[in-house]
Amino acid sequence: MSRKPGTERRSTLNKYQRVAYYPGCALEGTGHAYNASTKAVGKALGLELHEVADWNCCGAMEVKNVDPQVQTYLSSRVMAIAVHEMNAKVVMAPCNGCYHNLKKAEYDLANDEASRQVVDRISKKAGHETYRAGTLETIHALDWIKDGIGEQELKRRLKGSLKGLKVANYYGCMYTRPRHIFPEKDRGPGSESTSQPHFMDDLLAAAGAQNVDFPLKTACCGGAHTLSDSDTSTKLVLNILQAAEAAGAEVIATECPTCHSGLEMHQVRAEKVLGRKTKVRMLYFTQLLGVALGVGPRKLGVHENVSDGLALLKEKGLA
Amino acid sequence: MSAARDALLARAEAVLEDWVRARGETPTQEAVETFRLLALHRQGARGVPSFNACRETCREVAYHYNLLAAGADARTERMMQMLVTHLELFVRGKMQTEGLGEFCCASRPVRNKGERIDG
Repeated sequence: MSRKPGTERRSTLNKYQRVAYYPGCALEGTGHAYNASTKAVGKALGLELHEVADWNCCGAMEVKNVDPQVQTYLSSRVMAIAVHEMNAKVVMAPCNGCYHNLKKAEYDLANDEASRQVVDRISKKAGHETYRAGTLETIHALDWIKDGIGEQELKRRLKGSLKGLKVANYYGCMYTRPRHIFPEKDRGPGSESTSQPHFMDDLLAAAGAQNVDFPLKTACCGGAHTLSDSDTSTKLVLNILQAAEAAGAEVIATECPTCHSGLEMHQVRAEKVLGRKTKVRMLYFTQLLGVALGVGPRKLGVHENVSDGLALLKEKGLA
Repeated sequence: MSAARDALLARAEAVLEDWVRARGETPTQEAVETFRLLALHRQGARGVPSFNACRETCREVAYHYNLLAAGADARTERMMQMLVTHLELFVRGKMQTEGLGEFCCASRPVRNKGERIDG
C-alpha cells in the first residue's frame, strides 16, 4: 500500500507532532469552531494534521446502542485507513465521542475474538484491509498539544496571555471512562488522570489562565439524553453552569463538541424554560489557546459560539 | 454546618439506594473508605459500566463532606449541594430511560442477543 503524497515522516518531528487527523462528524457541524481552532492552533504551534481521507462516522452512541460490534467496525475502518493508506502511527480525534470509540474499538480488537471476527468479516465485505490492534495509537487533541509541544514550548510561543481569565475546565464523562480503554492514563507523573484529569488545566495555566477548583469537571452533561429528555439535560447543564459560577469561573473551557454545544444550548433553554440565567461563557480550549498564541478570534470561530465569548474576551482585553 | 453536610450525604445515599432497589437488590450497609455512599456506588455499578459516569461525583461528595467536617465555608457547602443535585439528576434520568438503552456513553445493545445487522 503506497503512502499518500506528503505523508512521509520527517525525523525532526516526533510522532505526536505529525498525526493523522480524524475530525469526526460533529466537527463538520455544530463543532465547526472546534475544527477551525484546532487547525489554527496546530498551525501556530508547528504541529501537523493530515486528515484521514474518506473517513466515516465512528459509530457514535446511536450505532453502539444497536450493535456495539458494528460500532467497533466503523471505528476500525478509520484506523485502517490511517494505518494502511497513510502509514500513520498516531491518529488524533478532538471529539470525546470519537476518541472514546476509537479507544474502545482498539480495546475490543485486542481482547475480544468475536469483535475481531466481525470486523474482519465486514472489512473484507467492504473491500479494505482489516485494522489490527496495536498498530495505531489514538490520542485526543489535549494529548496532541501536551505531548507534541508541552507547556514550556507553548509558553515560548505565546504572543499574549490569558492572565486574569478565570476558567473552569470541563472534560465531560467520556474522556476518561471507562478506565480500562485508556491504558496510557493513570501511569504516574506526566500522565493523564482518569479521576482528576488535568491536561487542559496544565495547558491553559501555561497560557496564563487562572484555573478554578471545579468539582464537576468530569460530570455528565446529559448529552446523550438531550433529545429523549431535554428537561433532564437542561437541569444537568444548569447545575454545571451554576457550579462553575460558584467556583468563580468566567469561562468554561471545553474539549468536546457534544458537551460544548450541550452547555451552550441548554444555557439558553435554562433561561427560557426555567427562568434561570447564567453568565458564564463557553469556549473551546483550542480557542483560548489560540487567543494566547495571537490568532484572531474570527479564525478561531469564536463568533460561531452561542454564548458570547467574544464580548468577554474584549472585556478582558484579550481580543 | 454539621447537620447540613449529614443531610446532603443522606440525600446522596438515598438516590443510590433507590437505584440499587430498582435493580432488585438490597442496598448495602457497608462502607468503602468510611463512606457508605461509595459502597452503594460500587454496588450500583456492578454489571452497569455506564454507572461509573457518576463515580467521581460520588467521590467529590465524599471529599466535600470531609472539607466541611474540617471546617470549610458556606461556598464548600453550596458546592456539595450542587454535587448532590447532579447525582440526583443523573441517577433519576438514568432510571427513567432504563430499558430504552443506556443514558450515557458506555452503552449496551438494545437488540435481542444474537440478532445481527452486519450480515
